[in-house]
Amino acid sequence: MKFIGFLLLVAGWLLALAAIVLLASAPSRAVFVLAGLAVEGLGLAFVIRSHLILREDKR
Amino acid sequence: MMPAATLPDAALLVCIFCIFLVPLAGAGISLINAGLGRSRNAGHMMMAAVSTLAVAAIVYFVCGFAWQGYIGIPGHSLVFSGKSWNWIAAQSFFFRGLGFDGSTASLAALLQMFCVGLAALIPLGSGADRWRLRASCASAALLAGWTYPLFAHWVWGGGWLAQLGVNYGLGLGFIDAGGASSIHVVGGLTALAVTWILGPRRGKYSPDGMAPAIPGHNGVFVLFGCLLALLGWFGLNSAGAILFTGGAPAQSAMIAINTLLQASAACLTAAVITGIRFGKPDASLSANGWIGGLVASSATCAFVVPAESIVIGSIAGALVTFSVEWFELKLEVDDPAGAVSVHAIGGIWGLLAVGIFARFHSPVLNVAGASMPAMDAGAPGQWLAQLVGVATLLGFVLPLTYGLNLALNRICPFRVAIEGERQGMDLYELGAGAYPEFVTHTEDFLPR
Repeated sequence: MKFIGFLLLVAGWLLALAAIVLLASAPSRAVFVLAGLAVEGLGLAFVIRSHLILREDKR
Repeated sequence: MMPAATLPDAALLVCIFCIFLVPLAGAGISLINAGLGRSRNAGHMMMAAVSTLAVAAIVYFVCGFAWQGYIGIPGHSLVFSGKSWNWIAAQSFFFRGLGFDGSTASLAALLQMFCVGLAALIPLGSGADRWRLRASCASAALLAGWTYPLFAHWVWGGGWLAQLGVNYGLGLGFIDAGGASSIHVVGGLTALAVTWILGPRRGKYSPDGMAPAIPGHNGVFVLFGCLLALLGWFGLNSAGAILFTGGAPAQSAMIAINTLLQASAACLTAAVITGIRFGKPDASLSANGWIGGLVASSATCAFVVPAESIVIGSIAGALVTFSVEWFELKLEVDDPAGAVSVHAIGGIWGLLAVGIFARFHSPVLNVAGASMPAMDAGAPGQWLAQLVGVATLLGFVLPLTYGLNLALNRICPFRVAIEGERQGMDLYELGAGAYPEFVTHTEDFLPR
Protein backbone atom coordinates (compact mmCIF):
# COMPACT_ATOMS: atom_id res chain seq x y z
CA MET A 1 0.00 0.00 0.00
CA LYS A 2 2.86 2.36 0.85
CA PHE A 3 4.53 1.70 -2.49
CA ILE A 4 1.28 2.35 -4.39
CA GLY A 5 0.84 5.56 -2.41
CA PHE A 6 4.25 6.87 -3.42
CA LEU A 7 3.62 5.76 -7.00
CA LEU A 8 0.41 7.80 -7.00
CA LEU A 9 2.27 10.82 -5.63
CA VAL A 10 4.72 10.68 -8.54
CA ALA A 11 1.91 9.97 -11.04
CA GLY A 12 -0.03 13.03 -9.85
CA TRP A 13 3.04 15.20 -10.31
CA LEU A 14 3.64 13.86 -13.82
CA LEU A 15 -0.03 14.49 -14.66
CA ALA A 16 0.36 18.13 -13.61
CA LEU A 17 3.53 18.45 -15.71
CA ALA A 18 1.91 16.79 -18.72
CA ALA A 19 -0.99 19.22 -18.46
CA ILE A 20 1.18 22.29 -18.82
CA VAL A 21 3.31 20.77 -21.59
CA LEU A 22 0.57 19.22 -23.73
CA LEU A 23 -2.43 21.49 -23.21
CA ALA A 24 -2.68 25.04 -24.47
CA SER A 25 -5.88 26.47 -23.06
CA ALA A 26 -5.84 27.82 -19.53
CA PRO A 27 -9.04 26.08 -18.28
CA SER A 28 -8.00 22.61 -19.42
CA ARG A 29 -4.54 23.10 -17.93
CA ALA A 30 -6.10 24.16 -14.64
CA VAL A 31 -8.44 21.14 -14.58
CA PHE A 32 -5.63 18.69 -15.24
CA VAL A 33 -3.25 20.28 -12.75
CA LEU A 34 -6.00 20.07 -10.13
CA ALA A 35 -6.61 16.44 -11.15
CA GLY A 36 -2.89 15.80 -10.64
CA LEU A 37 -3.11 17.28 -7.15
CA ALA A 38 -6.14 15.10 -6.43
CA VAL A 39 -4.16 12.00 -7.45
CA GLU A 40 -1.37 13.18 -5.13
CA GLY A 41 -3.94 13.55 -2.33
CA LEU A 42 -5.02 9.95 -2.93
CA GLY A 43 -1.39 8.83 -2.85
CA LEU A 44 -0.82 10.69 0.41
CA ALA A 45 -3.88 9.02 1.90
CA PHE A 46 -2.50 5.59 0.92
CA VAL A 47 0.91 6.32 2.46
CA ILE A 48 -0.65 7.62 5.67
CA ARG A 49 -2.99 4.62 5.87
CA SER A 50 -0.09 2.21 5.36
CA HIS A 51 1.77 3.73 8.30
CA LEU A 52 -1.33 3.58 10.49
CA ILE A 53 -1.88 -0.10 9.64
CA LEU A 54 1.77 -0.83 10.42
CA ARG A 55 1.35 0.78 13.83
CA GLU A 56 -1.89 -1.06 14.58
CA ASP A 57 -0.14 -4.35 13.76
CA LYS A 58 2.67 -3.51 16.19
CA ARG A 59 0.11 -2.85 18.93
CA MET B 1 16.58 41.38 -17.59
CA MET B 2 19.38 39.74 -15.63
CA PRO B 3 20.06 40.77 -12.05
CA ALA B 4 23.11 42.99 -11.71
CA ALA B 5 26.31 40.94 -11.40
CA THR B 6 27.26 43.21 -8.52
CA LEU B 7 25.07 45.40 -6.33
CA PRO B 8 25.64 49.12 -5.67
CA ASP B 9 27.56 49.71 -2.42
CA ALA B 10 24.53 50.69 -0.34
CA ALA B 11 22.53 47.70 -1.59
CA LEU B 12 25.50 45.44 -0.93
CA LEU B 13 25.68 46.60 2.68
CA VAL B 14 21.95 46.09 3.21
CA CYS B 15 22.16 42.65 1.66
CA ILE B 16 25.17 41.54 3.74
CA PHE B 17 23.57 42.87 6.93
CA CYS B 18 20.37 40.93 6.15
CA ILE B 19 22.31 37.73 5.40
CA PHE B 20 24.16 38.01 8.73
CA LEU B 21 20.80 38.07 10.52
CA VAL B 22 19.75 34.71 9.03
CA PRO B 23 21.63 32.48 11.57
CA LEU B 24 19.31 33.92 14.23
CA ALA B 25 16.47 32.03 12.53
CA GLY B 26 18.47 28.83 13.03
CA ALA B 27 19.13 29.75 16.68
CA GLY B 28 15.42 30.34 17.19
CA ILE B 29 14.37 27.05 15.59
CA SER B 30 17.01 25.18 17.66
CA LEU B 31 15.73 26.70 20.91
CA ILE B 32 12.15 25.85 19.96
CA ASN B 33 13.13 22.24 19.18
CA ALA B 34 15.01 21.94 22.47
CA GLY B 35 12.26 23.57 24.51
CA LEU B 36 9.52 21.36 23.08
CA GLY B 37 11.49 18.19 23.81
CA ARG B 38 12.15 16.58 27.20
CA SER B 39 14.73 17.95 29.63
CA ARG B 40 16.80 14.77 29.46
CA ASN B 41 17.33 15.32 25.72
CA ALA B 42 17.92 19.10 25.67
CA GLY B 43 21.71 19.02 25.42
CA HIS B 44 21.53 16.38 22.70
CA MET B 45 19.07 18.48 20.71
CA MET B 46 21.34 21.54 20.79
CA MET B 47 24.38 19.41 19.95
CA ALA B 48 22.44 17.90 17.04
CA ALA B 49 21.50 21.41 15.87
CA VAL B 50 25.12 22.61 15.85
CA SER B 51 26.36 19.39 14.22
CA THR B 52 23.63 19.51 11.58
CA LEU B 53 24.48 23.11 10.71
CA ALA B 54 28.14 22.17 10.40
CA VAL B 55 27.48 19.13 8.21
CA ALA B 56 25.03 21.04 6.01
CA ALA B 57 27.47 23.93 5.48
CA ILE B 58 30.36 21.64 4.52
CA VAL B 59 28.32 19.38 2.22
CA TYR B 60 26.71 22.38 0.55
CA PHE B 61 30.17 23.86 -0.01
CA VAL B 62 31.47 20.60 -1.45
CA CYS B 63 28.66 19.78 -3.89
CA GLY B 64 25.35 21.47 -3.00
CA PHE B 65 26.02 24.80 -4.67
CA ALA B 66 27.32 22.98 -7.74
CA TRP B 67 23.87 21.42 -8.22
CA GLN B 68 21.95 24.54 -7.26
CA GLY B 69 23.82 27.33 -9.04
CA TYR B 70 22.41 30.80 -9.39
CA ILE B 71 20.56 32.88 -11.94
CA GLY B 72 22.80 33.32 -14.99
CA ILE B 73 25.10 30.38 -14.14
CA PRO B 74 24.83 27.71 -16.87
CA GLY B 75 22.69 24.65 -16.23
CA HIS B 76 21.83 21.32 -17.85
CA SER B 77 18.59 21.45 -19.79
CA LEU B 78 16.20 18.93 -21.31
CA VAL B 79 14.04 19.94 -24.26
CA PHE B 80 10.33 19.01 -24.27
CA SER B 81 8.11 20.11 -27.13
CA GLY B 82 10.54 22.84 -28.11
CA LYS B 83 10.87 24.30 -24.60
CA SER B 84 14.03 24.16 -22.52
CA TRP B 85 13.68 22.63 -19.02
CA ASN B 86 16.67 23.63 -16.92
CA TRP B 87 16.84 20.90 -14.26
CA ILE B 88 20.27 21.14 -12.62
CA ALA B 89 23.13 23.63 -12.52
CA ALA B 90 26.49 23.04 -14.16
CA GLN B 91 28.62 24.80 -11.57
CA SER B 92 31.98 23.45 -10.31
CA PHE B 93 32.34 21.73 -6.90
CA PHE B 94 33.95 23.53 -3.93
CA PHE B 95 32.70 26.99 -5.07
CA ARG B 96 35.34 26.96 -7.82
CA GLY B 97 34.77 29.68 -10.39
CA LEU B 98 32.77 31.79 -7.95
CA GLY B 99 34.20 35.30 -7.63
CA PHE B 100 34.14 36.62 -4.06
CA ASP B 101 34.10 40.23 -5.19
CA GLY B 102 30.68 41.34 -4.01
CA SER B 103 28.95 39.61 -6.91
CA THR B 104 25.33 38.59 -6.40
CA ALA B 105 26.30 34.96 -7.01
CA SER B 106 28.78 35.02 -4.09
CA LEU B 107 26.18 36.65 -1.82
CA ALA B 108 23.67 34.01 -2.86
CA ALA B 109 26.19 31.27 -2.03
CA LEU B 110 26.68 32.75 1.45
CA LEU B 111 22.93 33.08 2.03
CA GLN B 112 22.35 29.55 0.81
CA MET B 113 24.88 28.09 3.28
CA PHE B 114 22.69 29.47 6.08
CA CYS B 115 19.43 28.52 4.34
CA VAL B 116 20.45 24.90 3.83
CA GLY B 117 21.36 24.70 7.53
CA LEU B 118 17.95 26.08 8.41
CA ALA B 119 16.25 23.46 6.23
CA ALA B 120 18.32 20.72 7.89
CA LEU B 121 17.31 21.90 11.39
CA ILE B 122 13.61 21.44 10.70
CA PRO B 123 13.50 17.59 10.83
CA LEU B 124 15.37 17.62 14.17
CA GLY B 125 12.23 18.92 15.87
CA SER B 126 10.08 16.06 14.62
CA GLY B 127 12.71 13.43 15.46
CA ALA B 128 13.26 14.85 18.95
CA ASP B 129 13.88 12.48 21.88
CA ARG B 130 14.69 9.44 19.70
CA TRP B 131 16.82 10.34 16.64
CA ARG B 132 20.49 9.32 16.95
CA LEU B 133 23.08 12.05 16.48
CA ARG B 134 25.07 10.37 13.70
CA ALA B 135 21.90 9.48 11.79
CA SER B 136 20.61 13.06 11.96
CA CYS B 137 23.96 14.32 10.65
CA ALA B 138 23.90 11.79 7.79
CA SER B 139 20.34 12.78 6.92
CA ALA B 140 21.38 16.45 6.93
CA ALA B 141 24.17 15.57 4.50
CA LEU B 142 21.65 14.04 2.08
CA LEU B 143 19.40 17.07 2.38
CA ALA B 144 22.22 19.57 1.88
CA GLY B 145 23.94 17.61 -0.86
CA TRP B 146 21.01 16.60 -3.00
CA THR B 147 17.35 17.27 -2.08
CA TYR B 148 17.66 20.94 -1.19
CA PRO B 149 20.00 22.06 -4.01
CA LEU B 150 17.94 20.29 -6.66
CA PHE B 151 14.66 21.92 -5.71
CA ALA B 152 16.29 25.28 -4.91
CA HIS B 153 17.81 25.28 -8.39
CA TRP B 154 14.35 24.87 -9.92
CA VAL B 155 13.08 27.86 -7.96
CA TRP B 156 16.07 30.16 -7.43
CA GLY B 157 18.65 29.06 -9.98
CA GLY B 158 16.67 29.80 -13.13
CA GLY B 159 15.35 26.23 -13.20
CA TRP B 160 12.21 24.91 -14.89
CA LEU B 161 9.77 26.03 -12.15
CA ALA B 162 11.05 29.61 -12.48
CA GLN B 163 10.78 29.26 -16.28
CA LEU B 164 7.06 28.40 -16.21
CA GLY B 165 6.19 32.03 -16.91
CA VAL B 166 8.50 32.40 -19.89
CA ASN B 167 7.90 28.95 -21.36
CA TYR B 168 4.20 28.41 -20.72
CA GLY B 169 2.77 31.82 -19.83
CA LEU B 170 2.02 30.85 -16.22
CA GLY B 171 2.30 34.26 -14.55
CA LEU B 172 5.90 35.14 -13.73
CA GLY B 173 6.79 31.49 -13.11
CA PHE B 174 6.91 29.87 -9.67
CA ILE B 175 7.65 32.64 -7.15
CA ASP B 176 9.12 32.23 -3.67
CA ALA B 177 11.09 35.21 -2.37
CA GLY B 178 12.22 33.93 1.04
CA GLY B 179 12.32 30.15 0.81
CA ALA B 180 8.87 28.97 1.90
CA SER B 181 9.22 26.11 -0.59
CA SER B 182 12.91 25.35 -0.87
CA ILE B 183 13.71 25.76 2.84
CA HIS B 184 10.50 25.15 4.76
CA VAL B 185 8.36 22.77 2.74
CA VAL B 186 11.43 20.72 1.78
CA GLY B 187 12.46 20.66 5.46
CA GLY B 188 8.89 19.97 6.61
CA LEU B 189 8.39 17.07 4.19
CA THR B 190 11.75 15.62 5.26
CA ALA B 191 10.52 15.95 8.85
CA LEU B 192 7.40 13.95 7.90
CA ALA B 193 9.52 11.25 6.26
CA VAL B 194 11.81 11.07 9.29
CA THR B 195 8.84 10.82 11.66
CA TRP B 196 7.35 7.95 9.66
CA ILE B 197 10.69 6.12 9.63
CA LEU B 198 11.41 6.68 13.34
CA GLY B 199 7.93 5.90 14.65
CA PRO B 200 6.48 7.56 17.76
CA ARG B 201 8.26 8.06 21.07
CA ARG B 202 7.88 5.23 23.57
CA GLY B 203 4.78 5.87 25.64
CA LYS B 204 3.30 8.38 23.19
CA TYR B 205 0.46 6.13 22.04
CA SER B 206 -1.14 3.68 24.45
CA PRO B 207 -2.26 0.23 23.21
CA ASP B 208 -5.84 1.50 22.84
CA GLY B 209 -4.64 4.31 20.56
CA MET B 210 -4.90 7.18 23.07
CA ALA B 211 -2.24 9.90 22.78
CA PRO B 212 -1.35 11.47 26.12
CA ALA B 213 0.37 14.85 25.80
CA ILE B 214 4.11 14.91 26.45
CA PRO B 215 4.65 18.60 27.22
CA GLY B 216 7.86 20.40 26.28
CA HIS B 217 10.28 21.01 29.12
CA ASN B 218 10.94 24.74 28.72
CA GLY B 219 8.35 27.21 27.44
CA VAL B 220 10.75 30.12 27.88
CA PHE B 221 13.16 28.57 25.35
CA VAL B 222 10.27 28.14 22.94
CA LEU B 223 8.99 31.70 23.16
CA PHE B 224 12.45 33.27 23.19
CA GLY B 225 13.20 31.15 20.12
CA CYS B 226 10.21 32.77 18.43
CA LEU B 227 11.65 36.25 19.04
CA LEU B 228 15.08 35.25 17.76
CA ALA B 229 13.48 33.65 14.71
CA LEU B 230 11.71 36.93 13.89
CA LEU B 231 15.07 38.71 13.52
CA GLY B 232 16.37 35.88 11.36
CA TRP B 233 13.29 36.01 9.16
CA PHE B 234 13.68 39.78 8.63
CA GLY B 235 17.10 39.02 7.16
CA LEU B 236 16.05 35.91 5.28
CA ASN B 237 13.05 37.50 3.58
CA SER B 238 14.83 40.76 2.71
CA ALA B 239 18.01 39.12 1.41
CA GLY B 240 15.99 36.53 -0.52
CA ALA B 241 13.83 39.21 -2.14
CA ILE B 242 16.91 41.21 -3.18
CA LEU B 243 18.91 38.28 -4.53
CA PHE B 244 16.25 35.97 -5.95
CA THR B 245 13.45 38.23 -7.15
CA GLY B 246 15.42 41.38 -7.94
CA GLY B 247 13.78 43.42 -5.16
CA ALA B 248 15.18 46.84 -4.29
CA PRO B 249 16.86 47.18 -0.86
CA ALA B 250 14.40 50.02 -0.22
CA GLN B 251 11.66 47.37 -0.08
CA SER B 252 13.18 45.92 3.10
CA ALA B 253 10.96 48.03 5.37
CA MET B 254 7.80 46.79 3.68
CA ILE B 255 9.09 43.22 3.75
CA ALA B 256 9.82 43.48 7.48
CA ILE B 257 6.36 44.94 8.15
CA ASN B 258 4.68 42.12 6.23
CA THR B 259 6.83 39.53 8.01
CA LEU B 260 5.97 40.88 11.46
CA LEU B 261 2.27 41.25 10.65
CA GLN B 262 1.95 37.70 9.37
CA ALA B 263 3.71 36.27 12.42
CA SER B 264 1.60 38.42 14.76
CA ALA B 265 -1.70 37.53 13.10
CA ALA B 266 -0.82 33.83 13.08
CA CYS B 267 0.23 33.81 16.74
CA LEU B 268 -2.86 35.68 17.91
CA THR B 269 -5.14 33.45 15.84
CA ALA B 270 -3.56 30.36 17.40
CA ALA B 271 -3.91 31.90 20.88
CA VAL B 272 -7.58 32.76 20.30
CA ILE B 273 -8.43 29.34 18.83
CA THR B 274 -6.74 27.46 21.68
CA GLY B 275 -8.27 29.89 24.19
CA ILE B 276 -11.77 29.16 22.87
CA ARG B 277 -11.22 25.40 22.61
CA PHE B 278 -9.29 24.72 25.81
CA GLY B 279 -10.29 27.64 28.03
CA LYS B 280 -6.77 29.14 28.08
CA PRO B 281 -4.36 30.05 25.27
CA ASP B 282 -1.77 27.35 24.63
CA ALA B 283 1.77 28.74 24.63
CA SER B 284 3.38 26.04 22.49
CA LEU B 285 0.64 26.13 19.84
CA SER B 286 0.79 29.94 19.81
CA ALA B 287 4.55 29.66 19.26
CA ASN B 288 3.89 27.20 16.45
CA GLY B 289 1.42 29.71 15.01
CA TRP B 290 4.05 32.46 15.17
CA ILE B 291 6.58 30.38 13.24
CA GLY B 292 3.86 29.22 10.82
CA GLY B 293 3.12 32.88 10.07
CA LEU B 294 6.82 33.56 9.51
CA VAL B 295 7.03 30.59 7.14
CA ALA B 296 4.02 31.81 5.13
CA SER B 297 5.57 35.29 5.01
CA SER B 298 8.66 33.88 3.31
CA ALA B 299 6.66 33.31 0.14
CA THR B 300 4.51 36.42 0.18
CA CYS B 301 6.42 39.18 2.02
CA ALA B 302 7.55 41.10 -1.07
CA PHE B 303 4.32 40.97 -3.06
CA VAL B 304 1.41 41.77 -0.73
CA VAL B 305 0.16 44.81 1.17
CA PRO B 306 0.07 44.84 5.00
CA ALA B 307 -3.70 44.31 5.23
CA GLU B 308 -3.39 41.16 3.12
CA SER B 309 -0.56 40.03 5.39
CA ILE B 310 -2.94 39.97 8.34
CA VAL B 311 -5.37 37.76 6.41
CA ILE B 312 -2.57 35.42 5.24
CA GLY B 313 -1.10 35.22 8.75
CA SER B 314 -4.48 34.53 10.37
CA ILE B 315 -5.17 31.65 7.99
CA ALA B 316 -1.64 30.30 8.59
CA GLY B 317 -2.21 30.39 12.36
CA ALA B 318 -5.50 28.52 12.07
CA LEU B 319 -4.07 25.92 9.69
CA VAL B 320 -1.07 25.23 11.91
CA THR B 321 -3.18 24.96 15.08
CA PHE B 322 -5.62 22.44 13.61
CA SER B 323 -3.03 20.47 11.67
CA VAL B 324 -0.79 19.93 14.73
CA GLU B 325 -3.74 18.21 16.43
CA TRP B 326 -4.74 16.37 13.26
CA PHE B 327 -1.26 14.95 12.69
CA GLU B 328 -0.86 13.94 16.33
CA LEU B 329 -4.28 12.44 17.05
CA LYS B 330 -5.68 11.27 13.71
CA LEU B 331 -2.58 10.38 11.72
CA GLU B 332 -0.45 9.25 14.71
CA VAL B 333 2.52 11.30 13.51
CA ASP B 334 4.52 11.98 16.68
CA ASP B 335 6.09 15.33 15.89
CA PRO B 336 7.15 16.94 19.21
CA ALA B 337 7.96 20.35 17.69
CA GLY B 338 5.06 20.44 15.23
CA ALA B 339 7.63 20.84 12.44
CA VAL B 340 5.49 19.19 9.76
CA SER B 341 2.52 21.45 10.43
CA VAL B 342 4.53 24.62 10.89
CA HIS B 343 6.94 24.27 7.97
CA ALA B 344 5.17 22.06 5.43
CA ILE B 345 1.56 23.20 5.93
CA GLY B 346 2.49 26.84 6.66
CA GLY B 347 4.83 26.90 3.66
CA ILE B 348 2.32 25.38 1.25
CA TRP B 349 -0.27 27.92 2.36
CA GLY B 350 2.23 30.75 1.77
CA LEU B 351 2.96 29.48 -1.75
CA LEU B 352 -0.74 29.29 -2.58
CA ALA B 353 -1.27 32.76 -1.08
CA VAL B 354 1.20 34.16 -3.65
CA GLY B 355 -1.14 32.91 -6.38
CA ILE B 356 -4.15 34.46 -4.67
CA PHE B 357 -2.89 37.79 -3.29
CA ALA B 358 0.38 38.75 -5.02
CA ARG B 359 0.67 41.96 -7.01
CA PHE B 360 3.92 42.71 -8.80
CA HIS B 361 4.46 46.45 -8.72
CA SER B 362 8.05 46.20 -9.97
CA PRO B 363 9.71 43.74 -12.36
CA VAL B 364 10.40 40.33 -10.84
CA LEU B 365 13.65 38.67 -11.79
CA ASN B 366 13.85 34.99 -11.17
CA VAL B 367 14.40 33.57 -14.62
CA ALA B 368 17.78 33.47 -16.27
CA GLY B 369 17.88 35.90 -19.14
CA ALA B 370 14.18 36.80 -19.09
CA SER B 371 12.48 40.08 -18.30
CA MET B 372 9.25 39.63 -16.36
CA PRO B 373 7.39 42.94 -16.37
CA ALA B 374 5.58 44.59 -13.48
CA MET B 375 1.91 43.54 -13.26
CA ASP B 376 -0.05 45.73 -10.89
CA ALA B 377 -3.23 43.71 -11.32
CA GLY B 378 -1.51 40.40 -10.59
CA ALA B 379 -0.07 37.98 -13.13
CA PRO B 380 -2.55 35.77 -15.01
CA GLY B 381 -1.80 32.10 -14.45
CA GLN B 382 0.35 32.81 -11.38
CA TRP B 383 -1.86 30.60 -9.20
CA LEU B 384 -1.36 27.71 -11.63
CA ALA B 385 2.43 28.13 -11.46
CA GLN B 386 2.19 28.03 -7.67
CA LEU B 387 0.03 24.88 -7.85
CA VAL B 388 2.58 23.17 -10.10
CA GLY B 389 5.26 24.06 -7.53
CA VAL B 390 3.20 22.54 -4.71
CA ALA B 391 2.53 19.44 -6.85
CA THR B 392 6.29 19.11 -7.37
CA LEU B 393 6.95 19.30 -3.64
CA LEU B 394 4.40 16.58 -2.88
CA GLY B 395 4.97 14.41 -5.93
CA PHE B 396 8.74 14.64 -6.27
CA VAL B 397 10.38 15.95 -3.10
CA LEU B 398 8.38 13.81 -0.61
CA PRO B 399 9.05 10.47 -2.38
CA LEU B 400 12.68 11.45 -2.94
CA THR B 401 13.39 12.46 0.64
CA TYR B 402 11.47 9.46 2.01
CA GLY B 403 13.39 7.06 -0.25
CA LEU B 404 16.77 8.58 0.59
CA ASN B 405 16.12 8.54 4.34
CA LEU B 406 14.67 5.01 4.24
CA ALA B 407 17.82 3.78 2.46
CA LEU B 408 19.99 5.67 4.96
CA ASN B 409 18.07 4.06 7.84
CA ARG B 410 19.19 0.64 6.57
CA ILE B 411 22.85 1.70 6.67
CA CYS B 412 22.78 3.91 9.75
CA PRO B 413 19.76 3.12 11.96
CA PHE B 414 17.85 6.26 12.92
CA ARG B 415 16.24 5.19 16.16
CA VAL B 416 18.10 5.10 19.45
CA ALA B 417 17.99 1.88 21.52
CA ILE B 418 15.23 1.49 24.13
CA GLU B 419 17.79 2.12 26.86
CA GLY B 420 18.71 5.43 25.23
CA GLU B 421 15.11 6.62 25.24
CA ARG B 422 14.66 5.54 28.84
CA GLN B 423 17.89 7.07 30.08
CA GLY B 424 17.69 10.20 27.93
CA MET B 425 19.68 11.06 24.84
CA ASP B 426 21.95 13.40 26.79
CA LEU B 427 23.39 10.67 29.00
CA TYR B 428 23.15 7.87 26.45
CA GLU B 429 24.76 9.58 23.48
CA LEU B 430 26.71 12.47 25.00
CA GLY B 431 27.58 11.14 28.46
CA ALA B 432 26.41 14.25 30.29
CA GLY B 433 23.04 15.87 30.90
CA ALA B 434 22.12 19.44 30.04
CA TYR B 435 20.76 19.95 33.57
CA PRO B 436 22.84 17.72 35.89
CA GLU B 437 20.97 18.91 38.98
CA PHE B 438 17.59 17.78 37.60
CA VAL B 439 15.99 14.50 38.66
CA THR B 440 15.20 12.31 35.62
CA HIS B 441 11.51 11.47 35.43
CA THR B 442 10.78 7.86 34.58
CA GLU B 443 7.00 7.80 35.05
CA ASP B 444 6.53 8.17 31.28
CA PHE B 445 7.51 4.51 31.01
CA LEU B 446 5.14 3.11 33.59
CA PRO B 447 2.32 1.00 32.09
CA ARG B 448 -0.76 3.11 31.44
